[in-house]
Amino acid sequence: MTDWLILAQEGGHEIHAGDGGWWADTAGIMLLLPLVAFLLILPFGKRMKYDGAELAIGALAINTVWASVLLYLNATEGVLTQTTFEIARIGSDLVFELGWVVDGLSIIMYFLVSLVGLLVFIYAVGYMKGDRRVPWFFAAFSLFAGAMLVLVGAPNLIQMIIGWEGVGLASYLLIGFYWEDIENVKAGNKAFLTNKVADVGLVLGAILVGLAVGTWDFFAINEAAVAHDEALAAVAVVGGALLFFGAMGKSAQFPLHIWLPDAMAGPTPVSALMHAATMVTAGIYLMARLFPLYENLAQAVRPAMIAIGAITLFGIGLLALVAKDIKKVLAYSTVSQLGYMMTVMAAGGYTAGMFHLFTHAFFKALLFLGAGSVIHAVHSNYMQDMGGLRKFMPYTYWTFIVGSLALAGVGLSGFWSKDEILVTLGEEGYQLVMWLAIGGAFVTAFYMARVVALTFHGTYKGQGEPHESPRIMTVPLVILAIPAAIAGLINIPGVTWPSIGNFTEWLSVRVVAMGDFHPETVDWLIAGVGLLAAVAGVVVGWIIYSRDRLTQADRDDFEIPVLYTVFRHGYWVDDAAYGVVGATKGPVAQFVDWTNTYVIDAVVNGAAFLTMKLGSFVYGTVDQKGVDGVVHGISAAADSAGSALRKMQTGRVQQYAASFVGGALILVVVFVFLT
Amino acid sequence: MLLNQFLILAAAMFALGVYGLLVRRNIVLILLSVELMLNAVNINLVAFESYLRSSEAIGQVFAIFVITVAAAEVGIGLAIVLMIFRNRRSSNVDDLSLMRW
Amino acid sequence: MSFVDWISEPVNWVYAAIGLVVLYSAFRVVTVKNVVHAALFLVASLAGTAGLFLILGAEFVAWVLVLVYIGAVIVLFLFGIMITRAPTGKDENLDSQKKVWPAILSIGVFVAMAGSSISAFESQLINDVGEPTSTEVIGEALLGRFVIPFEVVSFVLLAALIGGITIARRDLSPAEEEERHAV
Repeated sequence: MTDWLILAQEGGHEIHAGDGGWWADTAGIMLLLPLVAFLLILPFGKRMKYDGAELAIGALAINTVWASVLLYLNATEGVLTQTTFEIARIGSDLVFELGWVVDGLSIIMYFLVSLVGLLVFIYAVGYMKGDRRVPWFFAAFSLFAGAMLVLVGAPNLIQMIIGWEGVGLASYLLIGFYWEDIENVKAGNKAFLTNKVADVGLVLGAILVGLAVGTWDFFAINEAAVAHDEALAAVAVVGGALLFFGAMGKSAQFPLHIWLPDAMAGPTPVSALMHAATMVTAGIYLMARLFPLYENLAQAVRPAMIAIGAITLFGIGLLALVAKDIKKVLAYSTVSQLGYMMTVMAAGGYTAGMFHLFTHAFFKALLFLGAGSVIHAVHSNYMQDMGGLRKFMPYTYWTFIVGSLALAGVGLSGFWSKDEILVTLGEEGYQLVMWLAIGGAFVTAFYMARVVALTFHGTYKGQGEPHESPRIMTVPLVILAIPAAIAGLINIPGVTWPSIGNFTEWLSVRVVAMGDFHPETVDWLIAGVGLLAAVAGVVVGWIIYSRDRLTQADRDDFEIPVLYTVFRHGYWVDDAAYGVVGATKGPVAQFVDWTNTYVIDAVVNGAAFLTMKLGSFVYGTVDQKGVDGVVHGISAAADSAGSALRKMQTGRVQQYAASFVGGALILVVVFVFLT
Repeated sequence: MLLNQFLILAAAMFALGVYGLLVRRNIVLILLSVELMLNAVNINLVAFESYLRSSEAIGQVFAIFVITVAAAEVGIGLAIVLMIFRNRRSSNVDDLSLMRW
Repeated sequence: MSFVDWISEPVNWVYAAIGLVVLYSAFRVVTVKNVVHAALFLVASLAGTAGLFLILGAEFVAWVLVLVYIGAVIVLFLFGIMITRAPTGKDENLDSQKKVWPAILSIGVFVAMAGSSISAFESQLINDVGEPTSTEVIGEALLGRFVIPFEVVSFVLLAALIGGITIARRDLSPAEEEERHAV
């Protein structure tokens, strides 16, 4: 076990960190509890009253309490410690360790995963009621929660990759939960394979960076980056680019975003937790962990990161304008917000990116759960079947409003986090990207207004009589609405709350100085512009969509000719990807077949042929002629010797006597006369 | 008296016994030749005794033993000859070469 | 000692005479073509040997020779000759045809033995015998120093006795066996 206890210097003020006491030393239990729940639900889930949900919720409840304690400790006195166990060792330097890290960044993630996960699990008990394979659902979901905690608690790149693959597996299992429909299976495959393509970069990057520094430990890598270590500097750009490529897959940056909209095929709680709040943020988290690398040594990668993030932010956001499925709108919105996070992280806004991640988790999960509630009531995902639901589902409606306003950036938490992003972009000199982000805010507000208008206002277009969801589903909605509303208040620039500080301070408990920018006071100009863009979007969207038309075609009917087609086809990125795969799979398969037949089979057949020849040689020459020859020769020699000698046996006594006397005579002569 | 005169006499007798052993066909005559040889040995023993004059007449005692054993041997030998004659109806040693290749 | 000195001793005349008899008889034993004659020549040879013993002063051994050898062994031989129905007249097939090697061998034996005797004991004299060895001395030796060989030899004789009887016994046919036991 190694314990770390470091003081960090950050821009003038010293940050003191405690060691978190017993809570931090045994925080590894948080990582294990959901995995234990997974293992227990598998055999016992179907016998339990709530199909194993008790175990899953119990694990996450304990985790939430624990993470809250850690959060409080961090807020009041700071926690910075790491516990690792050495598993294997290559040579004398390369160690493979597993353990958990407890610092500002990871505590925030623990808290996020545990709290949002707990609320989503409780919601899922109601949502999945009466559905098929519910124990398996909770088992896979617990597996996801455990893997995500392993990922965020990883002290080194290797454990993070283990968690990474774990969440990828859970994602695949849960997207394809309703595997009776082949489309869901295809969506799961698409998600997994896209992530696998990105994982090539991740693993290669991890190898490069780890071998350069001599260890995969994050603290060591970051210290080497800050100290401008030469070995690391040599591989930093390539390694950083590869690691970013890996992050692109998990965090759905353009062009690897294609899997996320299709991932909506999974049950809505899955979409809420995994594909909005936590799993997709793993890429952002990786960038945050290795922030010193990009800040100090791999600056060359950052322009590309910012460009990709900007395209994602704006371009994919536009696709939400034309989506007819409510979950798809939210999916495109998620991709767009991830673009925000990645862009600002690449621009040097460590705190801004993490803050947006934090607030986004709450309001996006809230929006998805609300959408799930609507879908549950209407039994359809399509907004053309909805309308006027605010009369039937008040809790869902008002919490959805809260989430939408937060996402749009009209006050509430999203406003503050988006504002910090804008300010950071502006201060770091990326003016164009800042304006693009402001435009994106307008688009976001616009499509959210569209969703609200089409879903909750007007007259109901679907079948049957929708009703509000049961309390087990609405209570989490209400609870989530609270942080969605007020979470922004913990990081108002320049405001520090008594005894708990603010988000920036929580995050600044870390090993090395990040050198990132965070605003000291509120920049009212940027804040005003951003708010204005958001409000404008809401207003415009409302005006266009709120008029009650009887058919969807009427309400959604203005289609700007060229743009609409482009948007509907998602810039043809999906088709390009399928085209590339389709074009290469033939030649690749043929090459592999050729290799198999002419190389591998040739070796095997050749070996068999040689063995046969050797065997027949050994048999024919060595055994038949050689060994048998010797054996027969010996027997033949004995035979002929015997034939010759037997003639001595004449049976005539007198001859025996003669030879006896003769022999005695010779001996006498020899011994008496000659010696 | 020379010692050698007795020894050479005994040697001659022994040689004659050897000749008879190897030449005679009748089994009884072969045994007779063996007796000749034993007798030659006896002469040797007694001659040496006279030459050495031991206090206990060792040579002569030995000669007595030889005679005794020779007698026993003749007894057995002739018993065997009897059996052979009964079985093979012949006392010719050439007819006894059954243990041959 | 020179030949003249040797000849001048009367003992040596006696020796020469008896020696000639012995050798001639031994020679005739192995060459005569009559079985019974061979046995009788052996008698003569043995008698001569007894005489030689007397010259050497071994009275007891001489008379034991006469008694045992001539008296018992030769008689046994004659028994054997008779029982095995050996042809009692002149028998041309008595010797094997191949006489060369045996002759060479026997001459070789003689040369070896005589040669070694001469080279070892040339001109050693048997001093005057004086009193012949008394039976008392032999008796004391037999039952004193050589008591164990004496007893062992008696065992040998016992074995020969029993062996002879066992070997030469006529196998009874089952009918005769039956008859024997019934009685």
